[in-house]
Parts: sequence; C-alpha cells; structure tokens
Amino acid sequence: MIEVRNISKSFKNTEILKNISIKFEKGKNNLIIGQSGSGKTVLMKSIVGLHNVDKGEIFFDGQPFLIMNDKQKKKIRREIGMLFQGSALFDYMTVEENVMFPITMFTNQSLEEKLERVNFCLSRVDLENANKLYPSELSGGMKKRVAIARAISMNPKYLFCDEPNSGLDPRTASIIDDLIAELTEEFQTTTIINTHDMNSVLKIGDNIAFIYKGELCWQGNKTEILNTDNEKLNSFVFATELTKRLK
Amino acid sequence: MLKHIGEYLLLMKQVFSKPEKKKILLSQIMREFDSIGVDSLVIVMIISLFMGAVTALQLAFNLSGNPVVPTYTIGYATRETIVLEFSPTIVCLILAGKIGSRIASEIGTMRVTEQIDALEIMGINSANYLIQPKIIASLIIIPVLIAISMFLAILGGWLAGIFTGLFTSHDYIYGIQSWYHTYEIVYAFEKTFCFAFIISSVSGYFGYITKGGALEVGQASTKAVVNSSILIIIFNLILTQLLLA
Repeated sequence: MIEVRNISKSFKNTEILKNISIKFEKGKNNLIIGQSGSGKTVLMKSIVGLHNVDKGEIFFDGQPFLIMNDKQKKKIRREIGMLFQGSALFDYMTVEENVMFPITMFTNQSLEEKLERVNFCLSRVDLENANKLYPSELSGGMKKRVAIARAISMNPKYLFCDEPNSGLDPRTASIIDDLIAELTEEFQTTTIINTHDMNSVLKIGDNIAFIYKGELCWQGNKTEILNTDNEKLNSFVFATELTKRLK
Repeated sequence: MLKHIGEYLLLMKQVFSKPEKKKILLSQIMREFDSIGVDSLVIVMIISLFMGAVTALQLAFNLSGNPVVPTYTIGYATRETIVLEFSPTIVCLILAGKIGSRIASEIGTMRVTEQIDALEIMGINSANYLIQPKIIASLIIIPVLIAISMFLAILGGWLAGIFTGLFTSHDYIYGIQSWYHTYEIVYAFEKTFCFAFIISSVSGYFGYITKGGALEVGQASTKAVVNSSILIIIFNLILTQLLLA
C-alpha cells in the first residue's frame, strides 16, 4: 500500500498540489483522474521522488519515503515499475535490451536466465516476436506494451502508469487497460494510474481519486462515480457525448 | 553564470560516484569509443591532411627567395604549428562542435522524452550512467584522434611539397626532425586531456539540464558547443602560460 499525507507542491509561485492525502491499496487499480493540468502527473512524480514536495509525507508499505537516505530510496525505487506517458524506451536499445536492462543492472543472472525472464515478460504483453526491433520500428501501442514489459521485469511491488492510453485508439487503449488490470491482480501490485480516459475509469477503476486544480475533490469507485452529486466531477465525467448518453 | 558553475560542479560529483556495475560501464565506454572516436575519424583526417598542406604551402610562400632562412625551416615551422596549436586546439574546437553537439542532443533528448526519469525510477544514478562513460571515452579517444591529426597534418605538409615542388622531401624531413623537444608533445597532450574533459563534461551538463521539447534540445546543443569552445580558448591561454612560460 502507498499512502500520501498532506502533500503540497509549488513551482515558482504557483501551487500545483494542495494538501493532498490519499491511500492507494495493494492489488487494486488506483486511478488518479482530472483535467489536463490538474496536477495528476506532478502528484505521481512526487510520489516516486522525481519532484521534491514542499510538505507532506509519503509511505510505501508504512515506510516513510521522504526521510529515507539515498540508499534506502534506491531500494524502494527498485521495487517500482513505471510506465511513462511517452513510453520512455531507450532509443539505442532493442526491445529485448530495453526489457533486460533493469535485470542486467540489478541482478547477476546468466544470459539464459535473463532471456527467459525477458521472453516471459514479452509474452505477457503479447509481443513474442519483437525482441530484435528498435523502438523507432514500433507502433504507439507496441511501445506501451514494451514499456509495461520493462516495468514488470523486476517483479515490482508498485506499478505507476502515467496516461497509459494517451495517443492510442480505443481498442488498443482497452487492451492496455486489460493488461494493467491483469498484471495488478496477478502480481498483487499497488497500481497507480493517471488518466483522463473515462473508458479506463469505468472499466478498471477500483479506487478513483479526482483531482481538481491541485486539490483532492472526490474519492470513490467506478460504480459510485456515475451517481455522484459532485458538480466538478460530473462536469468532468459527463463531458463527452458518450458519457452524456450513458447518463 | 555562478548558478551554472555550481550546478556543473554538483553534477560532476554525481557523475564521478561509483558506477552501478563496472561491466556495464565498460560496455558503455566501448559504445562511446565508436560514436565519439570512430565517427569523428574521417573529419579529423580530412581537416588535418589539408590544414597541414596549407600550413606548409603558406610557409613556403613566405620564405621563398629568402636568402637567410634555410628551406628546412618550412618543415620545422609546420611541425611546431601543428604540434603546439593546430592539432590540440583547433582540432579540439572542431571536435567540440562534432562531439559536443552529439552528446548534448543525445542526453537532452533522453531528458525531454523521460528516459532519464525512467533511469532514476529504476534507482540508477542517471548522471553517472550517462555522462561518466562519455567523459572516460573522450579522455582516451580524443588524444588518439589528436595523435592521428598530428601525423596526418605533417604528412599533408610533406605531400604538398612533393606535389608543388616548392621544397624538397629531404629539406622537409630534415626540418621536422630539427630542434625537437619531447616536452612539446607532453604539453600538447596535457592540453588535449583538458580539452577532452571540457568537451564531454560541459556538453553532458547542458544536455542533462535540458527542459522542454525539441526546441530546447537544439538550444542545449548550441549552448554546449559555444560554451565548450569558449572554455577551450580560455584554458588554452591559461595552460600555455602555465606549461610553457
């Protein structure tokens, strides 16, 4: 489980996150939703330590992350898998090398063992025959799947996904959602997903936190979100023609 | 400017921390030998050969018909020009453009496409992983390029004499062997080591601090080349004063 308590973060004089407290449960898809610019990515990057927060506390399974020394933080980070919005695959490495990279860095496994693990991860994301391709040769959906394979290569306890569906067609986006949900259940990871895709919200939203202008505005699940009285959330959820009809 | 110096020094502290795995560092260095050294070889060879030839021809033009200065002075002066200044300084300025822009744009692109964030999330010291192999490879391969440059520039001067007939092969070879001081070579390579460090570390710094998108990557690349070149010129003066005065 990951818990953030009273997190605030400013850039120059603009307050991006305002006193946010959320608990993210293990084995569940914890979604952070909100409009573009609401602070979702800043919150996620603050949790993993890519941004230094101004105040507040972050706990990974009860361990206070912000007061840890560098060695302790590194240990926690090695239990994190992260899927970035743009996939962030290393351009000069093949798919196989990308997925193998964390294993090579942090284990002393033989090449056969590493390849076995890489092939397992690639088979989990349905990319069995892409080992020798470079990121420039992959489609957007394939890149996301390779990034997921790399994220799970070290059996992470915590899985972070920043806009996993951005730039993907609805069918591919749905496949990525299913994949993340399956992996969360299979490996019992604490999964945090940033999204503004309502299909994802309604499909895999076990726990949902709605951020509005840097503040935590609402918390619930995929059933509750359709019946809320929260005006700000309603204007976000029912903004598309599809959700309006659903309502 | 003070902010940049401070940030640069802090980055260098990160860069020179212990690498995660020596085996990976070695493979990274080998990769950099290829992209820094092998990829720059052709341009260094062409420029050196032609600059050596032009230097020798200009000296021959200036000294022709002079009854006091012997012809073998052309060989001697060509060697001195090439060893003391052309190869270590001018070729390093060219390499600052070639290698510096490549390093800054490569690291800058990795920054704006979140590849550096991905390394950090994995618990990897990204500055150490990305910049240290480039600095080590530069410190090894740039002196090799400069040695090749010295040889080819002197050869270019000799070929110019052969083809134009302005001076004889014997006079040129006698000239390049005259008044030889080993310390001049030591001085040239001391400068080269310093310039190699400037090119790789300054370019690495400007790439690493890139924020934004493609436009900023281009700007980082330009800043890397401009600042490396200025620093090379300044340190050229300082080192010459310290080592030769």
